[in-house]
Amino acid sequence: MSTLRELTKEELLAPGHRMCAGCPVPTLVRMTLKALRGPTVIVNATGCLEVATSIYPYTAWRLPWVHVAFENAAAVASGIEAGFKALMRKGRWDQKVDVIALGGDGGTFDIGLQALSGALERGHDFLYICYDNEAYMNTGIQRSGSTTFGAATTTSPPGAKIPGKREWKKDLIGIAVAHDIPYAATASVAFWKDCIAKVRKGIEVDGPAVIHAITPCPRGWRHEPSESIKVARLAVQTRFFPLYEVENGKYRITLPVPNPLPVEEFLKTQGRFRHLFKPENRWMIEAIQRWVDKNYERLVKLSQL
Amino acid sequence: MKRIGLTGDEAIAYAAKQCDVDVVSAYPITPQTIIVEKYSEYVANGEVDTEFVNVESEHSALSACIGASLTGARVFTATASQGLALMHELLYIASSLRCPIVMGIANRALSAPLNIHGDHSDMMGSRDCGWIQIFAENAQEAYDWTIQAFRLSEDPEVLLPSSINIDGFIISHSMEGVEVLEDEAVRAFLPPRSDARAIDPNRPLTIGPVALPDYYFEFKRQQAEVMKKVPPVLERVCREFGKISGRRYGKFQSYGMEDARTAIICMGSAAGTARHVAKALRGKGEKVGVVKLWLYRPFPADELVRELEGLKSVVVMDRAISFGAPLGPLCSDLIGAIYGKLPKLKVMNAIYGLGGRDITAKEIEGIYREGLRMAKAKAPMVRVKYVGVRE
Repeated sequence: MSTLRELTKEELLAPGHRMCAGCPVPTLVRMTLKALRGPTVIVNATGCLEVATSIYPYTAWRLPWVHVAFENAAAVASGIEAGFKALMRKGRWDQKVDVIALGGDGGTFDIGLQALSGALERGHDFLYICYDNEAYMNTGIQRSGSTTFGAATTTSPPGAKIPGKREWKKDLIGIAVAHDIPYAATASVAFWKDCIAKVRKGIEVDGPAVIHAITPCPRGWRHEPSESIKVARLAVQTRFFPLYEVENGKYRITLPVPNPLPVEEFLKTQGRFRHLFKPENRWMIEAIQRWVDKNYERLVKLSQL
Repeated sequence: MKRIGLTGDEAIAYAAKQCDVDVVSAYPITPQTIIVEKYSEYVANGEVDTEFVNVESEHSALSACIGASLTGARVFTATASQGLALMHELLYIASSLRCPIVMGIANRALSAPLNIHGDHSDMMGSRDCGWIQIFAENAQEAYDWTIQAFRLSEDPEVLLPSSINIDGFIISHSMEGVEVLEDEAVRAFLPPRSDARAIDPNRPLTIGPVALPDYYFEFKRQQAEVMKKVPPVLERVCREFGKISGRRYGKFQSYGMEDARTAIICMGSAAGTARHVAKALRGKGEKVGVVKLWLYRPFPADELVRELEGLKSVVVMDRAISFGAPLGPLCSDLIGAIYGKLPKLKVMNAIYGLGGRDITAKEIEGIYREGLRMAKAKAPMVRVKYVGVRE
C-alpha cells in the first residue's frame, strides 16, 4: 500500500459511535482496520473506546469484538488465540484468525501491564495497540503512568505546592522490547501511512507485536477538537513522541526529525500545560525539553547499533 | 471400567484429560497445584491435544479461559483460595458471557492469617457470581462430577460455567481408589463442544458491550432465569452418566432420611463422617439422617423442603463464616428455602473446620444431640454454634 487510493474503502468501524468530537481514537481504529489482512477479532479493554462504541443495543463494530474487563485485554487475546489454535489443529476451524487487542494508556501502562507482560512473554501471535491519551480520560482525566511530567490532571492538579504531575512517562516500548518480541513501534494519527504500515507489520509478524500510538484528547488535553491531528503532528515534529519501530530488537526511526521545533510548540497547544508557562514554572518546560532531547538521542544511538 | 489410585486433584485432572479439553489456562496455587501439574504432564507427554496457556496470574487464567471459551473451545481451569479471590471479577463475566468453562477448586481458607488448608470460605465468597457450584465428597465424586460438569455447562439450554469443589488437602491430597471410565465411554458421553454463538469472523458479534440503566437489569433478570434451567438438565446429565458408570448423582444425596426426625445437612468431605455418625446412631435406634448437598448453586430449595418435611430439627454444617451475618452461608440459604414452608422445623447452624481444622465423629455426634435437644425443648427456632474452636 502506498497511496490513499489503494486503501480499502470498507469501514469496519461504523459512523454513529459516541466518541467525543475531535477524538482521534476512531481515526486510529479506522486506520488499524484498513490494515487487516483477513479474519480478525478485536479485544477491547474497558475505556473510552469501549464504552463509546458498544452501547447496547447499538454497536459500531462490523467485525467480531470482545470486551471483558479493564486490565486483561492481553490475557483475553491470549485465550482467543489459543482457542483458535486448538480448534484449527483439531479440524474444527479452518481459517487463520488475527487477534488485535486495543487498550488505552490506563489499561496498558498501569492496570493491564501484568497481563500484557504475561502475554508477550508467552509469545502469543497477536497485536496489542495502546492508544495513549496520557490519562484516565474515560473516568474524567486522572493521571496515569503515561501522563507527561508537569501535566495537569484531576489527580495531579497544579496547586500552590505541587505544580502538576511529578513523575515521568513510562517507556512502554522499552518494556515491550525487553520481552524480546518480534515487533514494537510507535505511531501517530497524524502520519497515516506510517501508522497503517506498522499495524500491518504487527499483524504479519509471527508472535506478539505492540504499537504505542499517541492520541491527543481534546477534553483532557484542553485543545480545540479541530486541532487533534495538528497536536498529534506537533508531538512528532517536536520529538516529544518520536516515530520508530523495533524489529527483532533492531531500532529504526521511521520518521526522522532533523530540525525539531522546541517542545514548547507542542506544550503551548494544550491547556493541561498552561501553568508551565508561568515564570516560576519555566524550569519544568526546560526539564521536559531535556527529557525529549535525551530520549531522541537514545533512539538515534539505538538505531545506529 | 478400571480402578486406579488417585488423589482428589489427580482425579479432576484425569477426568479433564478424558474430556478432550481444547484449552487449559491456569496458575498454580496450593492445594490445587497437582491438578495443573498433572495436566501439564499430559500435555508434555502428548496424552492430550490441548493448548496449555501458562499464565502469570489467576486473573489472567480466567481471562484467557473466557477468551478461549468464546471461540467455541472446551475450556478447563483450576484454582483455590486467593486465586479464586483474584478471579472474582472475572467469575461474574464468565457467567454473564455464558462461557461454559469448568473449574476445579480445591477449597481453601482465605488470608489473613495465611492458611493453606481446607475450608469453604473461598467458594462462599463467590457464591453469587452466577456459576454452577458443585461440591464433591471424595475423589470418585470429583472425577465423576468433572465429566458431568462439561456436559451440563455446555448444554445449549445452560451455557454457564461450573466449579467442582473438593476440600483442600482432605480430598485434594488423599489417595483413593477411583473407578474410571474408558476413554471411549467419556468421548461418547461428551462429544466435542459446538456452540452456535462462538466467535466467527464471517458473522460479526459484539460481545460484552456496555448496557446502561435502560437495559442492564433485563440482562440480569434473564441470567436469574437461566439458573432455573440447570436442575432439569442436571437430572438428565446425571441419568445418562448413571447409565455408563453405574453411579447415580443428583442435586443432593440422602442417607437415612425415610424416617429421620433430625438430619445433618452438609457439603464436601464432612459428609462421610456425618454418615458414619448417623449409621452408628441408627444402630442405637436414633432416627437420624444426613443430606449431603452436591449442587449448591443453583440452590435446590424446593427439593430440600420436600426432603426435610416432617423433621423436627436439622443441623446445618457450614465450613465458612459470613462475617456479620446472622448465620453461616449454607444455613442462610436453607432458612431462605424453608421460610413459611416448614414453620416448625428448628435449625441449628454448626460452623466448623475453618483453616483445615478437623471435625471429628464425636463433635458431629455432639451437634446432632444438641439439634435433637433443640427440637424437644422450648429453644429458639435457629441457633448458631461454633464447633471445635477454643473460645
